[in-house]
Amino acid sequence: MKTTVTTRDVGDVKIVELHGKITIGAGDLQMREAIHTAVSAGATKLLIDMKDVTTIDSSGVGELVGCYTTATHKGAKLKLVNLPPKISDVLTVTQLITVFDVFTNEKDALASF
Amino acid sequence: MLWLSSRYENLELGQAVLEYVCRVRGIENDAEHWIGVALREALANAIKHGNRQDPSRRVMLTLGGSTDDLEIVVGDEGEGFETAAVADPLAPENQMKTSGRGIFYMKTFMDDVTFSRGARGGTILTMRKHLGGDQKKGVQAL
Repeated sequence: MKTTVTTRDVGDVKIVELHGKITIGAGDLQMREAIHTAVSAGATKLLIDMKDVTTIDSSGVGELVGCYTTATHKGAKLKLVNLPPKISDVLTVTQLITVFDVFTNEKDALASF
Repeated sequence: MLWLSSRYENLELGQAVLEYVCRVRGIENDAEHWIGVALREALANAIKHGNRQDPSRRVMLTLGGSTDDLEIVVGDEGEGFETAAVADPLAPENQMKTSGRGIFYMKTFMDDVTFSRGARGGTILTMRKHLGGDQKKGVQAL
């Protein structure tokens, strides 16, 4: 699956949907660009939907951490939703799962902002 | 043995070779997924940190082993590095760093990971996954 990043707005929440691999040289930079663009445009509520992410590597995890830090420093909130089990596992073993606010469905995630 | 130029696109080639080997050897999907994560980390490390993304430098890949295990060897043509100097990504001061988790993931998802110096320089990474009845070992076995 080719890596793509799409965005949509629900109220004042910017939802960033990732599709495919978030790995070095592929989706990692696309994700960073989407988040940075949203934050630069003034978005303060960001939700990354990972439902269609097939693989994430250390570079993708690093970019995710970088996006979180960027958003937080700009006063924005960044949360995650719809993590496939294997993606959740990758964040769990490095204990990053406790850093992010993670939701199992979009409705709960949107209500949390 | 496969020789790859130092381009990230070649991660897909390495992954395709692994998928073929796993299919031939009957390695189940879960195990294949975690081995694939480790392989991609190994190849990315060799390309980025070993060969400094110099496409004229090559990355060597072999997949072998016995009936009970899968052995992956990845070699680069770089200057080598000291694995002891790699910071612990679980340490609180490193938790929010944007890099430094690759070797940790390899060690987590494989059963044995060792580094050595190549006869002509570079780093040789050898990873092994036991396959006897424990193919599902991913994070569950931590």
